[in-house]
Amino acid sequence: MADERSDWRPTATLEVLRVRAETLASLRGFFAERGVLEVETPALSAATVTDLHLHSVACRLDGDHRPLYLQTSPEFAMKRLLAAGSGPIYQICKVFRDGERGRRHNPEFTMLEWYRPGWDHHRLMDEIDDLLQAVLGVEAAERLSYADAFRRHAGVDPHAASDGELRSRAAAVGVSDIAELDRDDLLNLLLSHTVEARLGTGRPTFLFDYPASQAALARIRPGDPPVAERFEVFIDGIELANGFHELTDPEEQRRRFAADLAERRRRGLPEVPVDERLLAALAAGLPGCAGVALGVDRLIMLKVGTRDIADIIAFPIDRA
Amino acid sequence: MPSYNMNQVKVGLRILIDGDPCIIVDADFVKPGKGQAFTRIKYRNLKTDRVNEKTMRSSDMVDGADVVEKPMQYLYNDGSHWYFMDQESFEQLAADGHVVVDAAQWIKEEDICLVTLFDGNPLVVQPPNFVELEIVETDPGVRGDTSSGGTKPATLETGAVVRVPLFVQQGERIRVDTRTGAYVSRA
Repeated sequence: MADERSDWRPTATLEVLRVRAETLASLRGFFAERGVLEVETPALSAATVTDLHLHSVACRLDGDHRPLYLQTSPEFAMKRLLAAGSGPIYQICKVFRDGERGRRHNPEFTMLEWYRPGWDHHRLMDEIDDLLQAVLGVEAAERLSYADAFRRHAGVDPHAASDGELRSRAAAVGVSDIAELDRDDLLNLLLSHTVEARLGTGRPTFLFDYPASQAALARIRPGDPPVAERFEVFIDGIELANGFHELTDPEEQRRRFAADLAERRRRGLPEVPVDERLLAALAAGLPGCAGVALGVDRLIMLKVGTRDIADIIAFPIDRA
Repeated sequence: MPSYNMNQVKVGLRILIDGDPCIIVDADFVKPGKGQAFTRIKYRNLKTDRVNEKTMRSSDMVDGADVVEKPMQYLYNDGSHWYFMDQESFEQLAADGHVVVDAAQWIKEEDICLVTLFDGNPLVVQPPNFVELEIVETDPGVRGDTSSGGTKPATLETGAVVRVPLFVQQGERIRVDTRTGAYVSRA
């Protein structure tokens, strides 16, 4: 190609890069004012996340036979700091997720993650609401349970509907090979194809109380049905953040890791080492806390009003 | 033809969907922070011209479609088939009438058309963007007649009917834009 070498240029304008810098400064200002400590943890780790849908990038240091993994989020290391008595902490760092590229995804992106010991997820949502109003200048957020959002925007009860009912709803969206999708895949499909686009219009939406099967690292609150104390934040249909009232029970955490690994084996996905240091920290005592991970690139996309992540990153992956 | 995985799916790729050749007109990666990733594509069916959407998982594959576009010379038609010649190999191909239906009203023998081939068979025939054709029938225009916006219908030698200015007369050759069917000028 004749113009191949013009790809040394940034895809973001210098004006947007200034907005980016101002946004990072205002995030740091927000936490400094509230006495939340900025921390840094390793990007390279001996263990990684077991989540079936997160793919870590593995690499090797000279002479080492075990791979190290680039973090998909700084969650495990930050929980070790919390267990060591750090108090409230935040981090702004690069995270890496293999296979994620598109208009709203770059495999390397910037994450803001923070933890509040002694808080539950609703109290943390209050603080995120404050942060979004301060940084984006948006209206106060609304809160909508996962079940209400599905009833309102997909016409289905996500807890009570049969798999067959979810399957036929998903078929209407035109997915190939539906038989192989499990219940959570179907719910995620309906969320991303029909519900999500209607969330966060005019003001941010906090979606909370997810199905227990999608707890990830959240506590499960017993009830009928039991729900995961997990939430996500949407603005203009874009998923901006994911948070938990954090699971602190080491045995339950170990069971969830083991279940993920068994499912990874069944699906032929790479097996990854479980983070024994995290489990040891939980055993030593992780204080009850709420935590959230927020995509800084998406925040900047909303701030400058673009739907394409390449507009706000200096060098996206195809120019990296 | 090769198969493509979701990382290779991009706008402009020609793929087979339910046996029909299609071109991808939009592709987006959709993934919740926790959960299965999907690729959502919009594609135009090259046979029907209809645009549809399809969602696939990251592990899915799509088959490529053997679709090529070539300039070919229109030779003649025998009432049921239209014959075209490859400009490089001089091979001749016969196209069914329905493939030529949109182009037929514009083309004359020896015109160079853009022919889309699917598995070697003509799928679509596009006429040249501009053609020069003789008017075989039109009313003698009367100056000052503005009731029809200053134009009148004219039938061309290929059978197409276009609107022409009142001063253009039967027997004249005119230049027409086949994409819009609009009169451009006298030829």
